[in-house]
Amino acid sequence: MIKQLLGAMALAVGFSGVANVQAQGRDSVSIVGSSTVYPFATVVAERFGRSTSFKAPKIESTGSGGGLKLFCKGVGAGTPDITNSSRRIKKSEYDDCQSNGVTDVIEVLIGYDGIAIANSRRAPQLAISLKDLYLALAKDIPDADGQLIPNPHQSWNDINPALPATKIEVMGPPPTSGTRDAFAELALGGGAKSIPALKTLSGFDSSQEQEIKSAMEQLGIPVSVYQAYVESKGKKPKGKDIFKTVAYSVREDGAYIEAGENDNLIVQKLEANPNALGIFGFSFLDENGDKVQGSVIDGVEPSFDTIADGDYPVSRPLYFYIKSAHVGRIPGIQEYAMEFASAKAMSEDGYLPEKGLIPLSKEELAQVQADVKSLKRLEM
Amino acid sequence: MTKDRFKNTALIQASLKKRYARERRFQMYGKLAVLAGFVFLFVLLFDIVSKGTPAFTQQHISIAVNIDVDALGVSSTASQDEISKADFSSLIKSSLREMFPDVKSRGDKRQLYRLVSIGAEYDLRDKVLADPTLLGKKQDIWMLAHSQAASYLKGQITRVIPEAERKVKNQQMDWLDRLREQGRTKSSFNTTFFTYGDSREPELAGIRAALQGSLFTLMVTFALAFPIGVFAAVYLEEFAPRNRLTDLIEININNLAAVPSIVFGLLGLAVFINFFELPRSAPLVGGIVLSLMTLPTIIITSRAAIQAVSPSIREAALGVGASKLQTVFHHVLPVAMPGILTGSIIGMAQALGESAPLLMIGMVAFIMDVPGGVTDSSTVLPVQIYLWADSPERGFTEKTSAAIMVLMGFLILMNALAIILRKRFELK
Repeated sequence: MIKQLLGAMALAVGFSGVANVQAQGRDSVSIVGSSTVYPFATVVAERFGRSTSFKAPKIESTGSGGGLKLFCKGVGAGTPDITNSSRRIKKSEYDDCQSNGVTDVIEVLIGYDGIAIANSRRAPQLAISLKDLYLALAKDIPDADGQLIPNPHQSWNDINPALPATKIEVMGPPPTSGTRDAFAELALGGGAKSIPALKTLSGFDSSQEQEIKSAMEQLGIPVSVYQAYVESKGKKPKGKDIFKTVAYSVREDGAYIEAGENDNLIVQKLEANPNALGIFGFSFLDENGDKVQGSVIDGVEPSFDTIADGDYPVSRPLYFYIKSAHVGRIPGIQEYAMEFASAKAMSEDGYLPEKGLIPLSKEELAQVQADVKSLKRLEM
Repeated sequence: MTKDRFKNTALIQASLKKRYARERRFQMYGKLAVLAGFVFLFVLLFDIVSKGTPAFTQQHISIAVNIDVDALGVSSTASQDEISKADFSSLIKSSLREMFPDVKSRGDKRQLYRLVSIGAEYDLRDKVLADPTLLGKKQDIWMLAHSQAASYLKGQITRVIPEAERKVKNQQMDWLDRLREQGRTKSSFNTTFFTYGDSREPELAGIRAALQGSLFTLMVTFALAFPIGVFAAVYLEEFAPRNRLTDLIEININNLAAVPSIVFGLLGLAVFINFFELPRSAPLVGGIVLSLMTLPTIIITSRAAIQAVSPSIREAALGVGASKLQTVFHHVLPVAMPGILTGSIIGMAQALGESAPLLMIGMVAFIMDVPGGVTDSSTVLPVQIYLWADSPERGFTEKTSAAIMVLMGFLILMNALAIILRKRFELK
């Protein structure tokens, strides 16, 4: 008995050893990146795999930042060919790519995503402004004298008498999420700009050190914030950089509840708690229209049309980036990108808008198609 | 003295009642604890099974298709290559329009097309590829229903919900009702679920790729962790000298068993993928990482099982002249085997349910193709559950629960195997 068992095991070890020696070359495209783009990329990958002779690409959902990090690590079969991103590549990431030999990167804009601020259908629909959202969710807000103080608001009607008298309770994604970054930038940043002192601060250039410092003093921001920036980045901040650290911080006293990366979970929690608001991607609102409703923001309701027109204020562009050096080496990269940019997928009647992607305008789409065809290099 | 004794008896008598009551109370707490456990388990199982059962049936719609060579843009003697490139999508669309000639506007047509799955065109293509004589014939063909249409046919969505709030519109419901009256809908066992890999369309998504991925991963894990673990345990227990060094090793093994699994994932990323350049997302790397994770469990339980073997067996073997090695392999290990196997299966079951370490090595990914070996990209069951739970399409809710049922079935099977093996070894 023991002998048989040992024999079987030796065989199994040998088998996994043999597999080990297999060559490193890949026959399918490897894609990483944003969890927001993931549902769209997977649909394209599936159709691509079914309708062509290429193998379906493998797609990992690593988040935009994580994806770009893997992508910029270098060239070779061990690194991904494409990364999805729910924001534009940053200059620092681009430089990282360059220094690791990933010199030619192709940028493909695929459409827009709206961020919905929604509540249960059992409660009345909320109409709210970006300023209200900022005043409700920012960590520090200006008081009557214009000095920044920790956010004192407990219920919505503390901010604006027109809002309901319920406790501020907003469920949203954690800081690792691209959705959270976009929400902070678009909603909180957008709302903060409606406060004159903060708006002026954001307008200063890095050379206007004196103006920035006096504006900071007026707002009651400690000078240490300025110095901390100089120390960590090794250069003088622009007014905008100080503005970002102040306006993009979400309050941590329990009014904003980190509900994890799973947007379905947020929808379920909203269903159970009609007083709460939730923050998630528009495709989840579109799919769960019977359970939750999007709030009207600055007078605009989230819908395909308002996001595509740019009327809805909390929306952002989605991209993917291709590593030029891999095109032609790993089969199917350009063909996959062409399928993504095809009218069949991305136009208004395409299958991606059906999944909740907000399509590009005709002109933008034509431009993207031309760029993919010519593998236009991204310059930054 | 006697007085005292009476006093003691009286004391005991008096406290007896209290002590009995205490015991009864304790028993009751115990029963309550067991009951609470059962209630939780039952609620969980009920929730999963009731949500997951609909996923095991699939809905088909019969469409009259005229497989017209002109509409497909191929010749009547088309080659396989020509057929595989033909436009079956528009053929299905035109067939649907013919069945419902009153549908005119563009929006209505789009809703009509949404009754059948996008997989239908590929099914039809494969059917024609397999039997080219179908070209030019008119035939009723059963096509997979779209997940939204299927949810109406299964009765999960009804007209009670206001139209604006559901994805299946009134007119789609009317069409489906009409098809049902004509006997053009059918419900059958969902074979797709067990034969295909992942998909973004709920009706096309299958568990096969994840199941096979789990199987390959566990094979690698077992092939590595079991022999290494058992031999390490045998050496430490039977041959190693007792000194500081072996004590240190023992403490380390015990601590290793308590290390969070994500740490092993990071290790796997750094060592196997970045340094040894093994392929990302492959069951090979997943299996190695999980075997590192299960090793301590196997070593600890195996040592306990070997320790439990009665010394008289060893002494008897040595007494009749067996060498130390013969004693261990002919006598100690067979007796310890049931315990070793139980420990190993517990370790393997742990590995089966693990997803955190696999995140780091790229096994949390959308992979459509069923893996054919340990170096193919693949995912595993718990990861598939996570990915489906995270998908926006409503149809994935039932798939998630169904996948959980499959995972639990797998576990039960593994445990059953452990029991059978144990029984067989015990008989010897």
